[in-house]
Parts: sequence; C-alpha cells; structure tokens
Amino acid sequence: MRNISPLSRLTTTTTRRTSQIPRTQSWLSDWRHISSSSSTRSTAAAPNTDSTASALEPPPAGGHLPSISSSALLKHTREQSLKTPGILWADAELDEARGTSSLSSATAGRETRKMNMYQAIRDALSIALSTDDSAIVFGEDVAFGGVFRCTLGLAEEYGRERVFNTPLTEQGVVGFGIGYASMGSKLGDSTLGGRGMGGTAIAEIQFADYIWPAFDQLLNEASKFRYRSGGQFNVGGLTVRCPTMAVGHGGLYHSQSPEGFFMGAGGLKVVIPRSPLQAKGLLLSAIRDPNPVVFMEPKILYRSAVEQVPTSDYTLPLGRAEILTTGSDLTVVTYGTSVYRCEQAIHLLTHPPQGSGIERTVKDALGDWRRGTGKNVSSSPSIELVDLRTILPYDLPLVLRSLSKTHRLLIVHEGPTTGGVGMQIAGDVVSGLALTTSNPQEKISIGEDMRRMRKEAFLGLEAPVKVIGGWDTPGVALQYEKFYIPDEVRILDGLLELLAY
Amino acid sequence: MLRSVSLTFRPRLLHRVASLSTRSLGRLPNTQSPIVSKPHFFNSVTGDSSEQIPAFRLLDGTGVPIDGAELPELDEAFARRLYENMQLLPNLDNILYNVQRQGKISFYMTAYGEEATIIGSAAALAHDDEVLGQYREMGVLLWRGFGLDNVMAQCFGNHEDTSSKGRQMPVHFGSPKHHFHTISSPLATQIPQAAGVAYALRRSPERSNSVAACFFGEGAASEGDFHAGLLLASTIPSPVVFIARNNGFAISTPSSEQYYGDGIASRGAGYGIDTIRVDGNDVLAVLTAVREARKRCLEQGRAVLVECMSYRVGHHSTSDDSFAYRARSEVEDRKRIDNPLVRFRLFMESRGWWDSQAEEELKTRLRADVLKAFKHAEVQSRWELSEIFTDIYAGEEPWNIREQREELSRLLEKYGEDWEPWKRELQKFKTESKDLVKNRE
Repeated sequence: MRNISPLSRLTTTTTRRTSQIPRTQSWLSDWRHISSSSSTRSTAAAPNTDSTASALEPPPAGGHLPSISSSALLKHTREQSLKTPGILWADAELDEARGTSSLSSATAGRETRKMNMYQAIRDALSIALSTDDSAIVFGEDVAFGGVFRCTLGLAEEYGRERVFNTPLTEQGVVGFGIGYASMGSKLGDSTLGGRGMGGTAIAEIQFADYIWPAFDQLLNEASKFRYRSGGQFNVGGLTVRCPTMAVGHGGLYHSQSPEGFFMGAGGLKVVIPRSPLQAKGLLLSAIRDPNPVVFMEPKILYRSAVEQVPTSDYTLPLGRAEILTTGSDLTVVTYGTSVYRCEQAIHLLTHPPQGSGIERTVKDALGDWRRGTGKNVSSSPSIELVDLRTILPYDLPLVLRSLSKTHRLLIVHEGPTTGGVGMQIAGDVVSGLALTTSNPQEKISIGEDMRRMRKEAFLGLEAPVKVIGGWDTPGVALQYEKFYIPDEVRILDGLLELLAY
Repeated sequence: MLRSVSLTFRPRLLHRVASLSTRSLGRLPNTQSPIVSKPHFFNSVTGDSSEQIPAFRLLDGTGVPIDGAELPELDEAFARRLYENMQLLPNLDNILYNVQRQGKISFYMTAYGEEATIIGSAAALAHDDEVLGQYREMGVLLWRGFGLDNVMAQCFGNHEDTSSKGRQMPVHFGSPKHHFHTISSPLATQIPQAAGVAYALRRSPERSNSVAACFFGEGAASEGDFHAGLLLASTIPSPVVFIARNNGFAISTPSSEQYYGDGIASRGAGYGIDTIRVDGNDVLAVLTAVREARKRCLEQGRAVLVECMSYRVGHHSTSDDSFAYRARSEVEDRKRIDNPLVRFRLFMESRGWWDSQAEEELKTRLRADVLKAFKHAEVQSRWELSEIFTDIYAGEEPWNIREQREELSRLLEKYGEDWEPWKRELQKFKTESKDLVKNRE
C-alpha cells in the first residue's frame, strides 16, 4: 500500500538519469497506491505520459483541476507576479538596512519563471538550503526527489548530509526534526546561541493522511516546547511539509484535509498555499518563522497550478489572509484547492449556463436578493473572495473587516464540517467573547479595535454564517468523491442561499 | 574488560550491491546472510536461547569487586562526590515526598533504588552532553550543579522557577545552561528527539566531543517513539547514548508483563546498535559502561544502548501506592539485599574513604541544605499571572491570545475582589495579578 508502484519507480529512475524534471509524470504514478488491483487507470495513463516525456512544458493544467486553467487568480505575467501584495524581497531587507531601498528598485531587474507548484516549492527549499547552513530537508523518499518531486535534485546539489531519506516513521521524522530544531536559536533570544548547528529542520510527511502518528510530537511537543520551558527552549526552526486535500482518486487515505484537528494547537502555525507563487513565499516564511509550522500543500495544485514565480528570495506574510477579489455583498472565505472552486462558483453566479436549470435557479435567487436589498433589476451581487492562507492562527481581523462591509459570510473547505476550520470561523464571528459593552470611561485598550469589529460584524449580519465543508463521513470515499468535495455547484447554492436569505 | 560482555552480534548492513555479473545464488538481494539448508529459527541475541544477555557488574552486593573486575580509576574525592550525590537523592526525596503529602506541592516522583543508575550515568557524561530525560533524572541536573534552590523553585512552581515558569508539574526540569532539555510528561517523545539533537551535534564541528544522552524507562520502551528513535539514530548515524532505566515497573505493571523478550537490550541489536546490559545498582559498573558507551558513540558517530537493571523501591509517583500491587516485604527485602547506596558505601569503607561519622555528618548536612532550600521556596510567590499568556508564539502575538488576555483582565477587574476562589488564588501570584489589570490602564 505504502509503496510507489514499480512502474513509477521505473519512470522516475529514468527521468532522473536524464536529469530532466519529469514534468509530465502522471499523478497516479507518483502515488502510493495499490498497484495490482483496480488501478487500470494508472497503468493506462503511465505509457501515455512516458511518450510525452520529452515535452518541455507541463501538461494542460485543466487536465487536473478544470477550474484552474481559466483562473484569473494566477499570475501569468512578470508584472502581475512582481506586484504580488505583501511580497517582501529578501535583498530589499538588506537594501533597507543599508538605506538604499527605493520603490522603483522593488521590481526593477527582477526575474520570474514559469513554475508549477512543486517546482516553486523545490525552489523555496533550494533557497532555504543555500541561505542557511543549518537547514536540513528530510523525510520518506526525499533523497530521490520525493514522490511529488518537491525535493528533486536537492540531495545532489546540497549533499546527503543535508537532504536525506528517513525510514517510514512519521513520529520519528517529526521527533527528529524537533530535536534538531531545539538545538538552534532562531531569534537569539535563548541561551542556546552557539550551542550547535541545529536549527532549521524541514521535514516532509509524505501525505497529510499519514501525519497522525506524528500528532503527539506536534501537539504535545512542538506546540508546547517554548511554553513549557518558560521560553528557554524553542523549536521555531521546525517546518513540517505535507501534501493535503483530494485529487479525484485518493480515497480515504490519500485525500484528507486534517487542518481542523490542529486548530487547538496553540504555539503551532498551519499554512496552506493556493498557488506556486504563494507556496514559495509562504514556505520561505514558514521555514524562517520563529515558530513551528505545519505547511500543507494542496497536492492537486502541484502540477495544475502554473504561474510566473519570481526567481529571487522573497517571503509572504504568515497570519495574513488575502482579499483576492473585492466585493460588497458577500464574503467567501476559503483556502487551498477550494479557492479555485469558489472563483468558478462566483463566475457561475454572473454567468450561469444559458438555458439551463441552473440559470433559472440563479435568476430566481437573485430576484429575491434584489427585492430583499432594494437593488435595481440590472444589479448583480459583488462577492469578496478571501484566501485565508494561514489557518492557525488565522486572520480573523480581516474576515471581520470584510464582513462589516458585506454582511454575509460563506466559508468553504474540503475538510470535514464538524470541528473544522469553517465552524471555527463561524463560531468566532458569532462568539460573544468581546461583545461585552465596554465602559466608555475606560481608556482604549489593545483589544478595543477587535471588540468594535466583532460587534459591527455580528450585529450587521443579514444571513446566518454558512459553512460548506466535506461531509462528516469518516473520510473521502473513493467512488463518491464528486459528492463529497464542495464543488462549484454546491458553493453556488450556498451563495444563492445567503444572498436570497 | 567491557568487550568481554559487549554483544558480538552486530548486524551492520553493508549495503554492498552484489555485482551483476555474479550468477551465483549464494547471496540474497538485501542481506549478506549465509545460506543454510536447514530451517533455523532463533529467539536470542546471545546465540543460545537458553541464555539471557549477560549483565555487567563490578561490585557485589557487599561492595567487593567480583572476580575479574577492573575498576575504573577512582580517587577518594571523586568517590565521595559520587556517594554524596547518590545520598542527596533520597534525602531530597524524603522531604519532597512529605511536602507533597502535606499538600504543599502538587506531585512528586522519587528516585529510590535508582541512585546508582542516575548518578553513575551523570558522572560518566561530559557536562555539556545534551540530556533528554524522562522525568526521574533530577540527579543528573544536581550532578551538574543545578542546585537545590532551582529544584525547589520548580517543584513549588514559584517565581524563581525558570524551568517552566510554574507551568509544569513538579520534576519537569529544564535548563539550557546545564544542557538539560525540558522534561515533558508524554513518555518516549524524547527518544526520536534525541536522534535529532545528536544529529545537530554531529553537524557542528565545535560540538564534536558532545553526545546526546537519552533516558527512558523500560515501560516507555514499549512506545512507538522508542522504536522510531532507535531506528533513526541508527539509520541516520547520530551520537546518542540511550540509557534504559529498567526498574522493573511501569507504574504497577511489572516488566514481566511489559515485554516477553530479553529486556530492552535485546532490541538494540535489532537496530544495529552496540548494546550493553549493566547492573544498575552498581554505580561503578554504570559509570564504566556509560563512559565506554559515550566513547564508542563519539568514535563511531553512532548510537549506543545501555540497559541499567535496577528496582524501583519507591512508588511510581505521589499519585501511586505501590503496595496495592506488590508486597511491602518484597520492597523491604530488595532494599536490604541490594541497596545501591549501601553497596557503594561498603566499597568506600573498604578503601578507608568513609565511616559512620562521615555518614552522619553527610546526612545532617544534606538534610539541612534541603530544608533551607525548601523553606526559601515555600514562601515565594508565583510568577505574575500575565505569564499565562506569554511564550506561546515568538514574534507577532495573534489576535486570539491578545483578546483572551484582555478578557481575563476584564474579568479580574470585575470579579477579582469579590469572588473568593479567585481572590485567594490571586494572592499567590507576584503583584497579585495587578500586572494584568495594569495592562488595561
């Protein structure tokens, strides 16, 4: 079960020998799947991919995630790419320190390259290894490039001392990383400085589905490391990467979105990128963040999402959500693969398939919305799409600010609904924690702004907060996946329900 | 001397790929196993299933060197230091155990019966070897000069507790200065971490003379993390001395119900790790074995396993009454027949380094030292209440922590004076929690 099929072993070996990035390798051939039974699709697909092994470009992205090829969210030009909001150039920090920074130099002379997400991640790892001697990259099958190719060529480039395989033991991989990270000093804030070469540990768990044996190490050890030692020790140098979410054929054990289970792990951060450009910047932030970070990579995007990615060293901020499209009538909060489904659902709202039942449904619901809000017949709702990016601790202030404007909130994710991120956000939005009327005599305190935002957002709600997540089945059932994952039409339905409420 | 008892069976995978031209089927693809024509099952690492792994010992129960024993070089000052540190443990345990019984501290774990294992190991390590303990290794910290005041401060969780600022239960010590990683209650989590710590040491030229020393009980060795840790330290060669304290009990479960094989030592060979079993009640044997283990560790850059056989004379913790599952007479017999302190004291006396007067003086002094530290710690306040919300994240503080701190401050301001349970508790904190209320002003 947990072996790569012999076929994929063969193809990857071949591609490695010719030192070509096997861009066209099939999804399935990267998988730890049962190679004997019911894998006709995979065996049928593999020869095709072999035959196109000399192609220079990734396969049509639409082949993997239909909505992504038409996505306006991906940066297809250098100019768009370099103007990414919140991007922080590593050398700009240096310039700033030298007092030589200027706005024009921010993008001048910078290059971008077309990359898919695994290439962007590989790029980030390479930068981390080249800029930090303490950095090590390790995990199951990491040395040959990883089953998703994210560490391709790194062992050759940086040596097996720094990029290496581990035996099949997730709790061991994370425990090892914790020990290694505990010997470093990310901030120079502890007496550990100079005690050794420990520090930056970048561990890979092959699938998020297999992170559970390491849950104890993450929850009881990594998240509590600083707190339990009175700030004397920390494992800020630890980053645990793992592929997450569904791809259409992963079944119960190659499709999970476990981020919800980490919501109570104060001390830990959880980050999920939506695209190659985002993945590179967020991963470098995660690696350099002074806190342990679980970095979950939506695996359907490894090849599907292609973007112009800046080639130099840059970071994107953790703990900050991003507004992808601004709107005034409804806020959609999501992350990872679901970003593209939400984008598509919003598109369906304004462009339903002509003459279809969906068109009539949309028309009716929007009629109700116009009547309810007093809008004129020609107006159509404008939707604010928010990518959460950091799941823990997430950016509630941004969600509240958006909600104060739109008064309607929909949260979408693949993971199970109960106990999930969506319910957490919904709960935070309606939670009374800071709704207590504050004493006007009292001086403005740190939380005053939050209190005001919470109040405005809650009292302004014009519909219940809606969460569209995976069902609470024990997992993503193989042949039923289409009806498990919140797809475009389910999201559309949620939009309509909230607008017409 | 050690070699005679160390295991000769060391399955070292050579990863020698058989030449493609070899047509012979004399070797199997992933092993150098000789081919045999008879089915041969085995269930022993000694090669003889009727014989258990030998245990290394230097002094018999009366402190007399056994036949063939080569004692480590030992002067009187060092021997006295060993003994005094061993004696400090029960003296400290007696007082803290009673202090817990009086309700002054919440919990305690004694080291009765394991004094030789703990002090012998501590003495064999260098002061900057990184120690990852389980929870019963306070003696290592004391050996390194952590001091009784720090021990008391941690157990009371007062404002002088730098180990965890009063956040952890008693005996969860930690001190970067003493290269002692903070104890956590989950068992065996420290074992894979030790491999990572040791790998960091291996990668650091300035730490090339340091090892990681990882302690755990035979019960913890049943956890998956034990296997993960030994596996990683052997496949990713890392200088860790694994020290199994086999004291016969995991709370109430005797080791006979913990494993069916030959103790913990038999597992070392399975991971290709040099292993030795030692009489954990013989401080000189522990000292010698751990010294040799440490040496091998550095020479080979690889992990070594030492299994110390002892007997947990005390209860598991203050939450446990072991006479519910073992006879008082069994424990008393053990203490009388095989007492690590008596054994070493008799040895010291035979050298003319110790007598009953020295014993009395030592006990009086230790008791006075412990009581002094106790009396100081007992009256200290806790940290400020605001520390409940610090050390969670480095860098920017998330909104939820900020907001929750505000919420607690608001509640304290509103009810702190009137709600008795809070009022009483607040008085125990430094500045009586005014720090939190102050933040709002």
